Parts: sequence; C-alpha cells; structure tokens
Amino acid sequence: MITLHAADYEKMLAHARAEAPVEACGLIGGTKDGADKHIEFVYLLTNTDHAEEHFTLDPKEQLAAVKDMRAHGWVPLGNWHSHPVSPSRPSEEDKRLAFDSSASYLILSLMDAEPVLNSFHVENMQAEKEQLVILNHTEETP
Amino acid sequence: MKITVAGTEKQVADGITVAQLIEDEKVETPQYVTVTVNDEFVESGKFAETVIHEGDSIEFLYFMGGGSNGSDK
Repeated sequence: MITLHAADYEKMLAHARAEAPVEACGLIGGTKDGADKHIEFVYLLTNTDHAEEHFTLDPKEQLAAVKDMRAHGWVPLGNWHSHPVSPSRPSEEDKRLAFDSSASYLILSLMDAEPVLNSFHVENMQAEKEQLVILNHTEETP
Repeated sequence: MKITVAGTEKQVADGITVAQLIEDEKVETPQYVTVTVNDEFVESGKFAETVIHEGDSIEFLYFMGGGSNGSDK
C-alpha cells in the first residue's frame, strides 16, 4: 500500500493541469514501513523534454529533492508524471524507462473530466498496480 | 579513506574511481545512473578516470523519464 495526503494530491493535480498539454512530473519522498510506503512530500520538477508525450526529470532538481528528503528524514519513494490525454497506466515507454524496481510510479491521467491517479510497481517490463490510499486531512497515516 | 555515498559515510580504498565505486556499491542498471561528486555531475564517459578523494560526497541518481507515447488513447 502507498498513502498520499489529499493536499499533496491537490498540489500534484494543480501542477499537472497548469502544465497541460505538456506532461508534468516530479518525485515523491516519504517513509517506508515494511512493504507500505507513506508519501510525505510531492516534489514538482521540471520536465526537461517540455513535451506532450515524454518527460525527463531535471537531474539538478532531482539531486536537490533527494537532499531535501534526506534532510527531513525521508527516502525517495519513486516518481510521478501526468498523462494529459491518455489513461492512468504505464505506456511501453514508461515501462522501458522504469529502471528502479524499488520505486513506485504514479501516473495521473487528465484524460477524462475526473482525474485518475494510480500507482505502479514496474519490474522487467511488467507493471503491477499498487493499492493507493489518499488520506483526508483528518485521517492519520495507517 | 572516508567518503559519503548517498548520505552515508563509507570507508573505501584510496584512489578508487567512480566506475569502481559503482561496481562496489552494486548499482543496478549503472548505464542509466547519473553520478555527482560534491554536487558536480560526472559525464558517464569519465567514470573510469574520475578519482574520488577523501571526504568527497557521492550521489547516484537514476535517470527518470517516460511518457504517454505508446499509450492506447
């Protein structure tokens, strides 16, 4: 299971909508508790491709985000990106470029009126959906 | 000598190169890893010749990219 605070989801969604039709992207940092991951912060990074069907995280921003996570006692949990006009599931390119099997890959689809966010574990070109729980303000991390 | 790898202090052999450190650290898919030494990015073609010094701070960053190209719409 992976948890995400509602405020962080809203931040991610606002950024993705602002960047559309270009793909938005970033990192997620937080804590691990056994197999569970708890996202404590969503980092909004520059898509250096500035493209509608591709993204590459800015390495300098990536480095700064990793250091910020460490300073807060968090660990890198994975990344997120938007699919402005396609479903919330990994494309062949997403799977091919998912090099870190310990990472969670969040994909936010803006294809329909109601956005869809899913999290995936990707290994050997196989994507498996993870249970994603969005926590309301009043909820404690399980 | 002592260096810091991903925020953790480690003891390594004097004169170790970035390429050797990648091997020692068993970095997965090293061809897709970006390396910084004291916040300076090292070109991948120079891993074998870049010598790490006492007190250096090293980070390994996975290339992160992808996209909706190839998605069924």
